[in-house]
Amino acid sequence: MRMRTVEIGVGAFMLAGILALVVLALNVSGLNPAEQTGGYKVYARFDNIGGLTPRAKVAMSGVQIGQVKAIRIDKDMLMAEVEMEIFNDVDYLTVDSSASILTAGLLGEQYIGVVPGAEEDLLGEGDFIQDTQSALVLEELIGKFLFNKVSE
Amino acid sequence: MLDILQRLGHKALSRLAAIGRAGQLLLQSLVAAPQPLTMLPLVLKQIYFVGVLSLVIIVVSGGFIGMVLGLQGYTILVDYGSEQAVGQMVALSLVRELAPVVAALLFAGRAGSALTAEIGLMKATEQLASLEMIGVDPLRRIIAPRLWAGFICMPILAIIFAVVGIWGGSLVAVDWLGIYEGSFWANMQQSVDFYDDVVNGIIKAVCFGIVVTWIAVFEGYDCIPTSEGISQATTRTVVYSSLAVLGLDFILTALMFGEL
Repeated sequence: MRMRTVEIGVGAFMLAGILALVVLALNVSGLNPAEQTGGYKVYARFDNIGGLTPRAKVAMSGVQIGQVKAIRIDKDMLMAEVEMEIFNDVDYLTVDSSASILTAGLLGEQYIGVVPGAEEDLLGEGDFIQDTQSALVLEELIGKFLFNKVSE
Repeated sequence: MLDILQRLGHKALSRLAAIGRAGQLLLQSLVAAPQPLTMLPLVLKQIYFVGVLSLVIIVVSGGFIGMVLGLQGYTILVDYGSEQAVGQMVALSLVRELAPVVAALLFAGRAGSALTAEIGLMKATEQLASLEMIGVDPLRRIIAPRLWAGFICMPILAIIFAVVGIWGGSLVAVDWLGIYEGSFWANMQQSVDFYDDVVNGIIKAVCFGIVVTWIAVFEGYDCIPTSEGISQATTRTVVYSSLAVLGLDFILTALMFGEL
């Protein structure tokens, strides 16, 4: 076995490994270097977040403009507080924007839909979205329906 | 009664001694004054034998496993009307579990057994002893390059396995069964996280590579230098490393993904 063939083979092997890792990173896990430049944090309080999880997408008109970073309970308000990271190039969210928790498809994952309002001022780092709408919880919906039926 | 006890004790002691010798081998060949310049060509040659020549079996089995996953996932998920989730299923199960584990099992069968047999034969034909006679440390010359090559190759093979598997899954799901390509990839990208899933899978592959190569090299170095001893050592390599990989996989999964 000549050393040259061995070295060429090993080089190709290493290259294949690196290429495969890049494919895994970019294509499979959706790690986008352009998106990783960060963004600014925006918060919103919800009565009920349903099945929302960290890393869920934040979308406007269905287009992703950020992602959910963390979810915790706000101890003063006793509501769920969702921390969202909005991409830096999104500079059209006004302070009176509204956020609602929506479901993609019938069984799909939940995401936050944001609708901009009409004010002039824009949301910045650390601001709260005031106008929020909770996730649709099926049991509550059925409960309300039954309650209405009984009271009729 | 005492005879049985004595046999049990003897077995336990000899196992313990073997583990000790294995640890000594690893420590002496890796830690003892590495000489990168003289070792690099040797490691390259071993990477060629251990890694490059294992590529075919890894690529072929990765493709087929991905295709099977796509097919099975589709037939189950289509009942719930969520066949778009096939991409997510294929990618997660491959990246987290199947790629490291199956690649390690194949690696043990393809490369581990070859390492054991080669080193065992070197021992049986007294090549190791003659190396020592002319003042070359066989641990450095023979064992260390093979260990390093195994450590380096195994993660690369697992990554390639995962990528080929996902390609096989997309071939079946998108091209043959007609799932919409956009939702296949988008679902996958949304659910697979680079650090939580891909990096953890690679960590698994690194651990398996270390364990499998270590067992293979040790069994060869420690075998009884007869043709029968070499065949037993080769069998032990495959059995022990398969068991070690599967057991270790459970522990690693519990640590990484379980709530332990």
